[in-house]
Amino acid sequence: MAHLLEVIDLEVKFGLRTGNLTAINGISFSLDKGGRLGLVGESGAGKSVTGFAIIKLISKPGFISAGRVLFNGQDLTSLSAEQMREIRGNHISMIFQDPMMTLNPVLTIGTQMVETLQAHRNITREAAQAIALKKLKKVQIPSPEKRLGQYPHEFSGGMRQRIVIAIALLTDPELIIADEPTTALDVTIQAEIMDLLQQLCEAQHTGLILITHDLGVVSQVTEKIAVMYAGKVVESGPTDLVVNSPQHPYTQGLIHALPGSLQPGTRLNQIPGMMPTLTDIPPGCAFNPRCALSDTICRQQEPPFVIVDSAKRKVACHMVKPNDKGGQP
Amino acid sequence: MFAFIVRRVTQAIFVMLVISLVGFAIKNEIGDPVRDMVGERVTPAEREALRDKLGLNDPFIAQYLRFAKNAVQGDLGLSFFHKKPALHVIAAKAPATIELVIGAALIIIFISLPIGIYTAIYPQSWISRFTMAFSTLGVSVPVFLTAIVLIYIFSVELSWLPSYGRGETVSLGGWDSGLVTVDGLKHLILPSFSLASIMLPLFIRLIRSEMMEVLETEYIKFAWAKGLTRKRIWFVHAFKNTLLPVITVFGVQIGIMFAFTILTETVFQWQGMGFMFLEAVERSDISLLVAYLMVVGAVFVVVNTVVDIIYGLVNPTIRIAGRK
Amino acid sequence: MNRAWRQFKASYLLFSFKQDKTAIFSFVVLVALLITGLLAPLISPYNPYDPANIDIMNSELPPSWTEAGQTEFILGTDIQGRDLLSTMIYGLRLSILIGCGAVLLQGLLGVVVGLLAGYLGGKIDAVLMRIADIQLSFPYLMVAIFISAIFQIAFGIGRYEELAVPLLIVIIGLAEWPVYARTVRASVMGEKNKEYVEAARVIGLNRWHIMFRHVLPNTMTSVLVISTIQVANAIMSEAALSFLGLGMPVTKPSLGSLIRSGFEYIFSGSWWITLFPGVFLVLLVLVINLLGDWLRDVLNPKLYKG
Repeated sequence: MAHLLEVIDLEVKFGLRTGNLTAINGISFSLDKGGRLGLVGESGAGKSVTGFAIIKLISKPGFISAGRVLFNGQDLTSLSAEQMREIRGNHISMIFQDPMMTLNPVLTIGTQMVETLQAHRNITREAAQAIALKKLKKVQIPSPEKRLGQYPHEFSGGMRQRIVIAIALLTDPELIIADEPTTALDVTIQAEIMDLLQQLCEAQHTGLILITHDLGVVSQVTEKIAVMYAGKVVESGPTDLVVNSPQHPYTQGLIHALPGSLQPGTRLNQIPGMMPTLTDIPPGCAFNPRCALSDTICRQQEPPFVIVDSAKRKVACHMVKPNDKGGQP
Repeated sequence: MFAFIVRRVTQAIFVMLVISLVGFAIKNEIGDPVRDMVGERVTPAEREALRDKLGLNDPFIAQYLRFAKNAVQGDLGLSFFHKKPALHVIAAKAPATIELVIGAALIIIFISLPIGIYTAIYPQSWISRFTMAFSTLGVSVPVFLTAIVLIYIFSVELSWLPSYGRGETVSLGGWDSGLVTVDGLKHLILPSFSLASIMLPLFIRLIRSEMMEVLETEYIKFAWAKGLTRKRIWFVHAFKNTLLPVITVFGVQIGIMFAFTILTETVFQWQGMGFMFLEAVERSDISLLVAYLMVVGAVFVVVNTVVDIIYGLVNPTIRIAGRK
Repeated sequence: MNRAWRQFKASYLLFSFKQDKTAIFSFVVLVALLITGLLAPLISPYNPYDPANIDIMNSELPPSWTEAGQTEFILGTDIQGRDLLSTMIYGLRLSILIGCGAVLLQGLLGVVVGLLAGYLGGKIDAVLMRIADIQLSFPYLMVAIFISAIFQIAFGIGRYEELAVPLLIVIIGLAEWPVYARTVRASVMGEKNKEYVEAARVIGLNRWHIMFRHVLPNTMTSVLVISTIQVANAIMSEAALSFLGLGMPVTKPSLGSLIRSGFEYIFSGSWWITLFPGVFLVLLVLVINLLGDWLRDVLNPKLYKG
């Protein structure tokens, strides 16, 4: 069965006057129809860039330098601008982080919804409005008929994000890429929005790529997870396996850093050091300066992927043996 | 919204009062209404009697109030030179200046909008680079020099266009218009371009920088992510946001253009308000000068207020916030 | 002083300057023009104000390289027989003098007002800014033209010509101070809430000391940036006023007055009287604008943070 989305050895570079910087250094992952994948990592690891790369919306001077992005078998990297336009907002929708900045302040909600439909289908304004109303009801916006004529600043943060989700669902896309959808919202609303998103994706059998640094959210919503570090995927596999028994030292560090199981008063676990910036990624394994397990080979060679857990998981670490059940922290 | 309008209008009235006070003070201290009325050949005794009769020896406030009352009713005193009410003289010259400003405004709109938008979307193209370089040059050349150069090229050397005056005008119910005759229009071309030349670099730069800022926003990125067409993104999403600050500047600049009409009208011997102003200076016609100040001041205040109100209407955040 | 010089040499400002060819070129041209103008008596071939040098028989001679020209008058003569080059150089000096003088006046007035309004706030702020706003709602040129007109009528043409230079400085200075006031006020309001101000207050320094010795230096960047534009504007304003006959008199012409007198004769073909002063004026204003552009880019706080 073909995957809905398959990213193969994707590389993204930024062309500066001083030379090319590699932001994404060959990552691969896949997503099946209706599947939910979490893309996890710290700020700067390259998660958002990956999201934009899939729909070819990387801001200049970034560009895709290598790799393929197969969507329903079709390679997006080789499509023309017009063909990509037909896919964006139609087959693949994206949800951005801050709903206040995402919606155009001088256009009504109705206009911003109707135009999305009219950009991809030959329908009348009335028909488009009817669909818009349906979707607004689905995201539980009260009295949607009134809302169509209102402007973004008339809504609260949580409502705005619901509207953005509604816009994403307008064309019944096969894939939604959600880039930190709840980070800019109040903590109390985050859970609601996340639940809503999950329900809607399940109901429509829509694929979801959830880009976030919040491990808690990811473990609830997704079935697969890919952990990114310094532009590469370091561990990927089923969410519950990766979260409950992480194999890569970085993932282990992340999970242990969660306060969840600690006694109050004890010090939080930290991973020493900081993730390197794009310009000074160390040779060999990018994580090696901060890794307790690091050895000579780690400083010299980039680690290949090791398959563990009966082929369900991949870990990029020299210290992990195939079919291992976990390295020593 | 209503409160906003009321506030702006009150402010406008206040400014007009200040202007009228300044105008009156000038007229009182420097002008000589007696001379305005009866010329120079009167004895000192007759002059004194006339002063009393005209109430010129009354206290300042009393005279000011009289002045203000007259002004509101349209009586701004007599022009010494023209021997007619100042307001009539100004009204007769106004159409010329207004048509000039309209001509320049149209040129600015039709040139700066397309170029500004184009250079914002394609900043690296040679058109953009050329325009940017040219615009710095543009602001460095004073308007009268541009006018002279234009005259030299198009009138003296090429003889394509006339170099002075308004040409043939037709009276449309009291408004002497040059817009309805071909000759009038030909005469309008060089002056309008000269006047527009001051503002063009400014507007091109402004539109370009506003548009570029808008194109970098999250909501434009989201519009791309929705798969909208380029045309829609540029001309609906980006343009509307660009327009808002541009409109306010445009309103203020129209006021400034009136100042520059003085210079342009001088070069082209264009019989408008600006030209009249300079003649008044040469003839020490204080009444006319003060009347000009009041009229032009009123124009500025009205234009600024209207622009602010329009901005409030167009910008939904103000419009709706004002309701609360 | 030595330390300041060393700091400057190592600064980003100098570094960026050396990289930017336009900036270097503009700076060189500007210095050349400044030297020419300020050293006018030493450099110019004749003293155009000395009636002994003016012979009406020499009037309207074209530049030396044309047929009718004479080698003594390199760029030709004006309508009164004065050597054009000398008059231009002296005119340049006038333009520079008036431009800088006016900006100094505007700057002083505007900075003080802005500082007071921004730091002291409250009623003082409201009143000062109201005045500034009212004045700002009128284009500065309009204000300058009007004030000159009134002064000319009030003083009479003779007295006006005597007082022309300081009068022009005052007029143009008064017309544009609100620009400085607004800018400084905005800057001061931003600085007011910073910690060093609070620290100074805690130590017990009185507010004038804080205002002038602590806050003011930090607002200087924005003042510097708008100063270049203002000098260019002032020079253009003076030229405009002179062109209208409200500025420098014919006996002591500035570049604007020269263009005016040249204009009347352009139809009879004496193009040089208008062209050369025009080119000079544009060149002066252009290099100031270019340097101002470069300065603005370099001092742009947004770039600094990045």
